[in-house]
Amino acid sequence: MKELRYLDNVATLVLDEEKCIGCSLCTEVCPHAVFEMKQNRASIVDLNACMECGACVNNCPSGAISVSPGVG
Amino acid sequence: MDKTKGCGQDGHLSHQGLKLSTSGVNIMASMEGRDPSCSSLVKDALADHEKPGFKLCSYVERFSETHAGPIPIIKSGLGKDDLFSTFHVRWGIHRLNYTVAPGLYGIGNPGRTSEVLVTANFKLTFDHLRKALPHTSAWILVLDTKGINVWCAAGKGTFSTRELVKRIEDCSLEKIVDHKRVIVPQLGATGVSAVDVKKQSGFRVVYGPIRARDIPAFFKNNRRADQKMRQVSFTLYERFILTPVEIKNALKPACITSLVLFVVSGLGPGGFSFSGAWERGLLSVLALATGIFSGGFVTPVLLPYIPFREFAAKGIITGSVFAILLMVAVSPAINGMAGSGALFLFSLVISSYLAMNFTGTTPFTSPSGVEKEMKRFIPVQVAALAVSTGLWICSAFK
Ligand code: SF4
Ligand code: SF4
Repeated sequence: MKELRYLDNVATLVLDEEKCIGCSLCTEVCPHAVFEMKQNRASIVDLNACMECGACVNNCPSGAISVSPGVG
Repeated sequence: MDKTKGCGQDGHLSHQGLKLSTSGVNIMASMEGRDPSCSSLVKDALADHEKPGFKLCSYVERFSETHAGPIPIIKSGLGKDDLFSTFHVRWGIHRLNYTVAPGLYGIGNPGRTSEVLVTANFKLTFDHLRKALPHTSAWILVLDTKGINVWCAAGKGTFSTRELVKRIEDCSLEKIVDHKRVIVPQLGATGVSAVDVKKQSGFRVVYGPIRARDIPAFFKNNRRADQKMRQVSFTLYERFILTPVEIKNALKPACITSLVLFVVSGLGPGGFSFSGAWERGLLSVLALATGIFSGGFVTPVLLPYIPFREFAAKGIITGSVFAILLMVAVSPAINGMAGSGALFLFSLVISSYLAMNFTGTTPFTSPSGVEKEMKRFIPVQVAALAVSTGLWICSAFK
């Protein structure tokens, strides 16, 4: 999906790295490789690729991720 | 589990019944590598499952006895009926009829250690999955997603934790397999919470690859998907295949718009004139058709090659190209700049609007982005439409 990108600086994805327990599930479910594991913690590496599908939010066991599509 | 899946009452499905000759041939074809002597057994087994008022679906090959009752084993190869329904679905004809009865199926020779693949009950999704598993033995758990594909259903909440847990219980999955693992397509993750499924059913969710065709590689790789299997694509073909429904959805509003166009085109110096309505109406309908073609077909297909990120802007670019072509084609029939300008703008607006509409169909547009785009472009489109209408009416008075 390198050639197809949508608007920058609109995604409402927020990751609270403090809460992350390093399960890496978010890197598995995200269809746009938004996360990468760095030192056993998730980190957002491509925020603008996020399509706010909520898959990561749904599956994060520690509630470290949030998206609020349609707000703002 | 009901053994014979009611297959719908549609006329074109009526020949899917238990014709032994055809199903015999199919069975042979798909039994390669297995003991050929069981083909006669298979026929008997199928006949046993005939029930008054039910029709066996053409994709069922035989039934397998399990601790939780007989489970239909499906064919991997697609038949004529399947291809026919694919055509229908792509054009959005009777879309809701193309469902598969939810529940447990098997493919190949599934046993107690076979994997359980979860999918949606949209016929194309189901066909895609079985086609990808020609030499694989697995169980297939079909969720009731109301005939919608995995991703859309996950977004709508029908492909959900609740539905998955319910199906696992309904088909007594724990009696069928020894392990406690289900493979859910990654795109279902929007509707499923692995943690909750585990809590409620005891089964662990493993997220499988996005594309069914990667499943064999995923199995070989110890149920691990690599980066490529985890990322969505939106190739030229994938975009192309979505356009028939885009166009079809545009047709009804387009017919209504055409009526309005004929009326508006009839306005002129002498009040309303039928000859004006007809001649000028046809021109404006042509501009409408150009816009639909540009925004509903060309823009989606050529998406990455058109400048700008906003779809509405992409639609304006493509729309301009086609509007210019339209001008060249019809210029002898239009008198003056006002008329030309009106048609040009009108075709552009339609193209831009339909292109913007396509944001709802792609797998990479965020709702926040779409909202931003709409806030920006709808006022522009409305203004352009107003100017275009004004110019068109004015041009009749010359
Ligand atoms: S919301 Fe979807 S696209 Fe965005 S980071 Fe989460 S999984 Fe990835
Ligand atoms: S899913 Fe949550 S806990 Fe797991 S790695 Fe991602 S952010 Fe961390």
